[in-house]
Amino acid sequence: MKSARRSNEPLTWSLFAAGGLLAAFLTPPLLLAPLGLLGEGLRFERVRAFLDHPLGALILWALIALPLWHAAHRLYHGLSDLKVGAHRLTYALCYGFAFLVTLYSGYLVWFA
Amino acid sequence: MSARRPYIRPMPRTWWLRNPVFRRYMLREATALFVGGYGLVLLWGLSALRQGEGAWLAYLAGLSHPLALAFHTLALAMALYHTVTWFALTPKLMPSRIGNRPIPARWVKAAHYGLFALCSLVILLLAAGVH
Repeated sequence: MKSARRSNEPLTWSLFAAGGLLAAFLTPPLLLAPLGLLGEGLRFERVRAFLDHPLGALILWALIALPLWHAAHRLYHGLSDLKVGAHRLTYALCYGFAFLVTLYSGYLVWFA
Repeated sequence: MSARRPYIRPMPRTWWLRNPVFRRYMLREATALFVGGYGLVLLWGLSALRQGEGAWLAYLAGLSHPLALAFHTLALAMALYHTVTWFALTPKLMPSRIGNRPIPARWVKAAHYGLFALCSLVILLLAAGVH
């Protein structure tokens, strides 16, 4: 008997759900941020100080990485709905991109 | 060679155009392009923030470009659609109960909208520069 193979689905679905939750609450008001150009909120020192705080760094990382896992999941399944591309290829492209963005934003937030 | 000739129902790529429920489903899934796209806009900002004040000011100038404003407006509409559909789904996917009594879906939804209003207020105040 072939041993049961573990699926990545619980992990990718959790990241999808976390990203979807974050995006549902925060993306609409964040998209109004260009209005913040009128105020003091986006001054370099202020945003830099936010990034230099460990909690601020964690928030920025989550705000970038998790919505990308959310988008990767929906895009992968959407492409499958539209019968575009081979599953393995679209899987690698969608989730691979989210993985790379997670690494790069993590590097920028913590180590740059 | 197998003699089986199973009937496979044809499924054109455009199956979702037929029914308004499926069209709304596809629109909901398409919001992810804007949610993810905005993640990349934030990544660009983070990278500029790391490079220094000059790069940050160039990023802010880029955000006020008409094309960037058009993207933000369209993405806002799509993100709000994501919010509305997400809040509608949550009580169905995660039915909650107090003791033995189920919490009505409309309460869960109302709590979500309340928290959404609070998040929006905090973010807009921060963006306006209030401490």
